[in-house]
Amino acid sequence: MKNRLKVLRAERDWSQADLADKLEVSRQSVNAIETGKYDPSLPLAFRIADLFGLAIEDIFQRGE
Amino acid sequence: MLARHSPEHRRYTASVAALMGGYVAALVGVNLFFENSAPTGLSAYLAALLPALPIIGVFLVIGRLLLTLRDEYQRFLMTRQILIATGFMLSVATAYGFVESFGLLPHVPAFYAAILWFGGLGLGGCVNAVLGRGGEE
Repeated sequence: MKNRLKVLRAERDWSQADLADKLEVSRQSVNAIETGKYDPSLPLAFRIADLFGLAIEDIFQRGE
Repeated sequence: MLARHSPEHRRYTASVAALMGGYVAALVGVNLFFENSAPTGLSAYLAALLPALPIIGVFLVIGRLLLTLRDEYQRFLMTRQILIATGFMLSVATAYGFVESFGLLPHVPAFYAAILWFGGLGLGGCVNAVLGRGGEE
């Protein structure tokens, strides 16, 4: 699954640690999601979408 | 395992430290008991079991950590680490058992399975570290 997390984070000038704090997850989690090593659960995907004020499909797309 | 400063990890570390202290005390105490008293029957069995209890406690503490980790990625990593440890322990124990059954290796106590499993946790940690590399900022 592809995602735009890194771009969205950069647009807000947030570090991985900043985003991790906002999502209440570890920085490693943010890194793993950004790099496509880990696909988040639906509840976490919703939290990410809510944080950016976007729909899940605006952040995560099908594909490798 | 990552995020070692989470409350769940702090509780895990404290619990494991206490259990390891209990293990050392039980092992020393039971050895002295067997040397000085040469127990038999039920008391011997109960005493011999004592050092195993803190180790079993460590398994329970590891299970509790897995169940209580709030960070789902950390749970994923820990699950993979435990699966690698279990596969490693079962594979080595199975291979050793067959070679031993043909008289090519000496018999070893069954508690070595636990040692293998803990070694497998280290192996799983290495796998997690290698697969998780890259992308840090």
